[in-house]
Amino acid sequence: MINLSLSELGAALAAGKISSVELTQLFLARIARENPRLNAFISVDEERALGASRAADKRRAQGNAGPLTGIPLAHKDIFCTQGWRTTCASRMLENFVSPYDAHVVEQLAAAGMVLVGKTNMDEFAMGSSNETSYFGIVKNPWDDKLVPGGSSGGSAAAIAARLVPAATGTDTGGSIRQPAALCGLTGLKPTYGICSRYGMIAFASSLDQAGPMAKSAEDCALMLNAMAGFDTRDSTSLDRPVENYARLLGEPLAGLRIGLPREYFAEGLDAGVHAAVDAALEQFRKLGAVTVDVSLPNSGLAVPAYYVIAPAEASSNLSRFDGVRYGHRAAEYGDLNDMYCRSRAEGFGPEVKRRILIGTYVLSHGYYDAYYVQAQKIRRLIADDFKAAFQHCDLIMGPTAPDVAFPLGAKSSDPVQMYLNDIYTIAANLAGLPGMSIPCGFARNLPVGLQIVGPWFDEARMLGTAHQYQLHTDWHRSMPPGL
Amino acid sequence: MQWEVVIGLETHAQLATESKIFSGAATAFGAAPNVQACGVDIALPGVLPVLNRKAVDCAIRFGLAVGGDIAPRSVFARKNYFYPDLPKGYQISQYEAPVVSGGSLSIRIGQGSDAQEKTVRLTRAHLEEDAGKSLHEDFQGKSGIDLNRAGTPLLEIVSEPDMRSSAEAVAYARALHALVRWIGICDGNMQEGSFRCDANVSVRPKGASEFGTRREIKNLNSFRFLQQAIDYEVQWQIGVLEDGGKIQQATVLFNPDTGETRAMRSKEDAHDYRYFPDPDLLPLVIAPAWKDQVQAAMPELPDAMRERFGRDYGLSAYDAATLTATLDLARYFESCVAAAGRELAKPCANWVMVDLAARLNRAELDIAQSPISAVQLAGLVRRVGDGTISNAIGKKVFDALCNGEGADADAIIEAQGLRQVNDAGAIEALVDAAIAGNPKSVEEFRAGKEKAFQALVGQVMKASKGKANPQQVNELLRKKLQG
Amino acid sequence: MSLNLEQVFRTARLARLAVSNAEAERTAAQLNDIFALIEQMQAVNTRGVEPMSHAVDLAQRLRDDQVTETDHRADFQAIAPETEAGLYLVPKVIE
Repeated sequence: MINLSLSELGAALAAGKISSVELTQLFLARIARENPRLNAFISVDEERALGASRAADKRRAQGNAGPLTGIPLAHKDIFCTQGWRTTCASRMLENFVSPYDAHVVEQLAAAGMVLVGKTNMDEFAMGSSNETSYFGIVKNPWDDKLVPGGSSGGSAAAIAARLVPAATGTDTGGSIRQPAALCGLTGLKPTYGICSRYGMIAFASSLDQAGPMAKSAEDCALMLNAMAGFDTRDSTSLDRPVENYARLLGEPLAGLRIGLPREYFAEGLDAGVHAAVDAALEQFRKLGAVTVDVSLPNSGLAVPAYYVIAPAEASSNLSRFDGVRYGHRAAEYGDLNDMYCRSRAEGFGPEVKRRILIGTYVLSHGYYDAYYVQAQKIRRLIADDFKAAFQHCDLIMGPTAPDVAFPLGAKSSDPVQMYLNDIYTIAANLAGLPGMSIPCGFARNLPVGLQIVGPWFDEARMLGTAHQYQLHTDWHRSMPPGL
Repeated sequence: MQWEVVIGLETHAQLATESKIFSGAATAFGAAPNVQACGVDIALPGVLPVLNRKAVDCAIRFGLAVGGDIAPRSVFARKNYFYPDLPKGYQISQYEAPVVSGGSLSIRIGQGSDAQEKTVRLTRAHLEEDAGKSLHEDFQGKSGIDLNRAGTPLLEIVSEPDMRSSAEAVAYARALHALVRWIGICDGNMQEGSFRCDANVSVRPKGASEFGTRREIKNLNSFRFLQQAIDYEVQWQIGVLEDGGKIQQATVLFNPDTGETRAMRSKEDAHDYRYFPDPDLLPLVIAPAWKDQVQAAMPELPDAMRERFGRDYGLSAYDAATLTATLDLARYFESCVAAAGRELAKPCANWVMVDLAARLNRAELDIAQSPISAVQLAGLVRRVGDGTISNAIGKKVFDALCNGEGADADAIIEAQGLRQVNDAGAIEALVDAAIAGNPKSVEEFRAGKEKAFQALVGQVMKASKGKANPQQVNELLRKKLQG
Repeated sequence: MSLNLEQVFRTARLARLAVSNAEAERTAAQLNDIFALIEQMQAVNTRGVEPMSHAVDLAQRLRDDQVTETDHRADFQAIAPETEAGLYLVPKVIE
């Protein structure tokens, strides 16, 4: 049961082979057993989960069930969930019980999914290893001496360990795709504006995007169908006709042009990862796709530009955490400024503070043009590179991350090495493009992710392409040892 | 040394919207603390701003009214600073690309025929959100924060430093105040803070081409305070300079109790606002059609109306200016003229400016609350004009109309028997009686005392209960006395 | 370029983050590593390139002027550090 896809679980529920309550109990039991080791969850609420599963069973009995009704789900703890503690993995919000639901939370609740808990993450989504959480590091189910990736590492670990069948994530520079790659999952960051950012605690507003994480492309398509949608409360939410993201799952790949950016296969890519990606590309060719060489000449500038833009936006977005209306306030302080400085110094962890300082600095008087404006111009060049590349291909493929999961602590003292882990994923955020990662093999017995980047709004084609691959391969069915 | 004063004003006009600029909370004045502060206004994690179309409408309306340029594309920026009444830690404002640029306002300095005209150029006008309020009453040594006002839409209107005296500054502020009310974008209620000015004041030796160092007086919410604060500030600056000192750029507050200005302590450390485009808000695009639509709904503007009143009704510049002080007043006057006939425009003007103004003033009423309608007043003006009643009786009828003693002037004239006596025979009898009954006055008049003549006229009028045609009385009496 | 301690303190003050001397020194070293990475941007000639602030090239969507929010003060202040009489309390604000 724990290995079933969402559509299989939906079928089992529909056929009455299992109730939502039973299914929820099954996963809650797994969480109780495995979470102490993995630390994938920040909070689990059995009572509420069972309440929601009973409601789902009732809904089914009334004949109103949808394809996802009754299936357990976890939310990354960046999504505001009414009545639940919503921490963003920060001491700042350790006791913050959200007074409202995020749009994505509302959407998945409306679909009847059963929320079992909130997953661990890098603090305020800042990190690529899930080591910056105030609530402790998350371990990779494939090897608990390794990181699960980040920032949606808790969601990735939870799905990989089969503690939930699917979860939400957010992706500002690779935070869905990189942990999906490192944990052997499928994860999709949609086009900017497809999922509302309302209720998703902001890291870098012009880059943040919510998306599904699950075992397969088909699961992600079903999840995205429920998550996506226009929301008047986010003025960057796109008012587009409702789309069925699963509509191209059956589409054959004959004639599909896959662009391979030469910059993504250059120095810095692990040989084992390279080999797994090459093998996947060969499989796509066997399925009828053609590969073409393309170039994204400004790829190398994505990380530098990102580490100006994302911290700049973050420094401002995180100013609301001042200890006045909610969140951490220092126990002892003198005047108003002292209250601010101490509350924020105590409430934020080192990586968050580092990024606030970077962002504050690059926006400050005398540096704005040299850093912030220059980064925005480079952002344009990077977006233009993709536009040019998509003249020659339908989708772009390459590695999701330069290497497989790395040991806990290996990069946590060297921010730059950590940042370079997102070297292939960041560009899609800068350009607002949809990107996904699918499992495509192993290197040193650890999962390797293949990244697929599409033109704006081409999620359905990307999911269809990934699904065709997954019909002919088994990588997405591989499970961590010992499960 | 002769000093020249240089003043520029930054005015915050609260826009007349029902809801806030970026949220659906109400803007009504006077609610209990924080009950009109929604999640967006208190900056909960995850919430997002969505711009109120009406606020943009108001800005366009203003821009067109002052002949400024409406930006086809303008940008909202974040102004970052920490203050407890600023929940996000930044104010959403416009910086590099404001919605309105340029334009001008003509002002009149002084009263009556001595008034001088001057044109003040405008630099820009931009949309922004208001902050909340810090209440400094003692809460165990703490300040209380009320965020009801946070997010109220403001149009910040910035003038060029074109004013050369406090009187010019006040004239400008009054003209601007009249205009924003005229075009219906601001209620102009200064007690409630709907219209407040910051004055940038500097002095320089007369004839100097460089500006002196300016100090900014914050938050002046009455024309009297504006004048007092500038006068004090100018004397203070001249005093410092004449003592050989230098002016330091500063932000100062005016204390109405002492009539003095003092530097704000909270502004002592140089601010670095780190402006950058708000990533939550895409560019504001104003298509020509939108501008056209606002233009089409624009009322005739005061300058144009003043000119027309002079041209069409033969009113003096002073009368025209007085009658166009507010749109309601101008509309009242025009309704009155329309009902009375254009040839009676001048008497209509006099009745409105003298009798009606005095009555409204005494009762502290607005023209909209006038106890006498424009049509009623027109009826009265017509009866005075056609000689049915004298001017003096007219005032009686006016009072009677105001007191609701009759539906129109004719009804009151009839009911109270106030019709003017024009019958030559009847008047002659009264004149004869007065001459016969007041030999002393007759003697004095013949001795050359003109005053005695007036006493005799008074006797006739009294005997007629004020109804005798005064002109006929005059003529006949003089004829008889001299004859 | 390199950040000195004074710049770290100044930036931390702007960001309202208390930092100790030891933290500032450690932070300065890390920030300098990060800025060495960021500096790679400076080699690129971007003259004439339009800065890109948003991921999508669209116009801002507006809302109608309608009051849609109701009073949630009790809910909001239930999670506040310190309130009294409906107000959020902070150390004395000095103007």
